[in-house]
Amino acid sequence: MHPNTRSKLWLTALGWFAALVIFFPILWMILTSFKTEINAIATPPVVLAAPTLENYVAVRERADYIHFALNSIIISFGATLLATLIAVPAAYAMAFFPGRRTKDLLLWMLSTKMMPAVGVLIPIYLLFRDLHALDTRWGLIVVYTLMNLPIVVWMLYTFFKEVPKDILEAGRMDGAKPKQEVWMLLLPLSLPGIASTALLSIILCWNEAFWSLNLTSSNAAPLTTFIASFSAPEGLFWAKLSAASTVAIAPILVFGWMSQRQLVRGLTFGAVK
Amino acid sequence: MSTVVLKDIRKSFGDVQVIKGVDLAIEDREFCVFVGPSGCGKSTLLRMIAGLEEITSGELKIDGEQVNDVPPAERGLAMVFQTYALYPHMTVADNMAFSLRLAGVSKEERYQKVRDAARVLQLEPLLERKPKELSGGQRQRVAIGRAIVREPRVFLFDEPLSNLDAALRVQMRIELARLHEHLNATMIYVTHDQVEAMTLADKIVVLQGGIVEQAGTPLELYHHPRNLFVAGFIGSPKMNFLNCTVSAVEAAGATVQLPGGASLTVPVHPGPLKAGDQVTLGVRPEHLRPSETGELQAEVMVVERLGGETFLYCQLAGVGMLVVQADGEVATQVHDRIAIKLNPVNCHLFTADGMAVERAIRHPLADLRRPVARKAG
Ligand SMILES: Nc1ncnc2c1ncn2[C@@H]1O[C@H](COP(=O)(O)OP(=O)(O)OP(=O)(O)O)[C@@H](O)[C@H]1O
Ligand SMILES: [Mg+2]
Repeated sequence: MHPNTRSKLWLTALGWFAALVIFFPILWMILTSFKTEINAIATPPVVLAAPTLENYVAVRERADYIHFALNSIIISFGATLLATLIAVPAAYAMAFFPGRRTKDLLLWMLSTKMMPAVGVLIPIYLLFRDLHALDTRWGLIVVYTLMNLPIVVWMLYTFFKEVPKDILEAGRMDGAKPKQEVWMLLLPLSLPGIASTALLSIILCWNEAFWSLNLTSSNAAPLTTFIASFSAPEGLFWAKLSAASTVAIAPILVFGWMSQRQLVRGLTFGAVK
Repeated sequence: MSTVVLKDIRKSFGDVQVIKGVDLAIEDREFCVFVGPSGCGKSTLLRMIAGLEEITSGELKIDGEQVNDVPPAERGLAMVFQTYALYPHMTVADNMAFSLRLAGVSKEERYQKVRDAARVLQLEPLLERKPKELSGGQRQRVAIGRAIVREPRVFLFDEPLSNLDAALRVQMRIELARLHEHLNATMIYVTHDQVEAMTLADKIVVLQGGIVEQAGTPLELYHHPRNLFVAGFIGSPKMNFLNCTVSAVEAAGATVQLPGGASLTVPVHPGPLKAGDQVTLGVRPEHLRPSETGELQAEVMVVERLGGETFLYCQLAGVGMLVVQADGEVATQVHDRIAIKLNPVNCHLFTADGMAVERAIRHPLADLRRPVARKAG
């Protein structure tokens, strides 16, 4: 065998192995969701004995999945849209009209992510109470927007930096106003980057549990609250919890699968040019 | 009418001043070329005219009207970038029509104007392609087409040919010259290729370190460089410089002592020059020739035969290298000792501070201007 082919084979095997290791917990969760509660905790583990849908039936009886899922979708997409709307002009200005302090500002924005959220839980909670924002979708959208804004601005900034300045300047010479420059040139040219940024933001919102557990109870509760409700004080029901988790991640999994090409293209933007 | 006038234009980036007071008048329909070494501020100056770079101080007038604070598009200029800067997501036709679309021109009119420009540049078969499906030369043409469609008052070019290979560069250079005549527009062109500068320009502006060293017709710069820098910058291979001492000064010129003992009377208006002054004698390789009766004795170190001409790189004892442009037919070999003949009429003198001593005879072509083309119909 040609040494090149062999190393390629090894790399492929390694890639599959890594993918499997990363994916295994999810796979196991999905498998568990089809087991009886007894089988779910059996040692040695049972892989697939008598698959059952009883967990899904139980989950459906206990909670209105659609309600939670809808909240998750509205809040994730809403917060992402809002964050992108705010971040695009910010990143445009930072990438193409940097000032003396732009770099510091970017670092500072990112550093706010280092602060533990618990630190501001009380003030935010009180603020939400007084603004009647507790258990509202818009309240959570605002919090998620602010939470992701530094990352969204930072990512868009790096993607915008990849767009040759000359092209925007040519647009300016052709008579494009800043808004047209962004809308007709910058956005189409950095679409893969924007898509992957938005996707990441949606995933982060979807997975967020701290704020959603603390600021919502029923009306605006997203899927994270839905899952949490299955780790009940009477003990853990692994199979049911798995079923709940599976349906909770299913939409985002499908969504991510569909947009994986965009995502990969965006995340390796510049590296493969 | 499209004139561009710069008055004491300056530009600072932070604390660093990169353009240090430029005064310049570019006339209507003139082809003005900025040349200079890398980093001298050519692009910065052009971008200030374009409106892409703020003017720190000074006054910029287009057609007599101050435009310092007028946004780029409203200055009525079009710019062709070194990187072409085509919009990658649009077809060639859309690239060319973009400015018209922004200006709200109707679809039919846009189409008509793009067609017209495409015909001039032979781009018609490419109109529906995307920029990435074009060759370098074709992209360059589209970039020029995009500028033409706007019917600007002034065209700005920033090293438009530097990304093309040598053959294509020559071809595009000729096309640009013809385009200039056809469009009859004022053009400002940045390059560091002095062949482009010499062949295209009505006026060359030599920049160094953010100041104008000299501005004039190509032959004025060639025959009457104002200082050592311009003398060395214009012409290829570069002008030879020899350090000499003035031995006598009279009305007809200054007599200098050459290395090796011979003396030579250079026809200049000596001005404040006096005997005993240290001067630099400048003479171009094409004005030197090997001859039995030559004043300078040298050893040939390198021979470059180009066919039609031969360059001899000669070591002059105790002085340095001297480049001689000889006939293609000379049989001179490496390590031959030759004598080199100077013609005083072709020599330049520079004082110790690097300024040229005015030559006695003004070259008849130094003030030659391109005949102004008839007004385009
Ligand atoms: N945005 C900027 N910030 C700081 N300095 C700058 C900036 N743009 C240009 N300069 C500096 O200004 C000087 C002139 O730059 P400019 O690009 O005009 O040179 P140039 O003559 O066009 O050179 P080249 O032939 O290499 O294109 C350089 O020293 C450069 O480092
Ligand atoms: Mg430049």
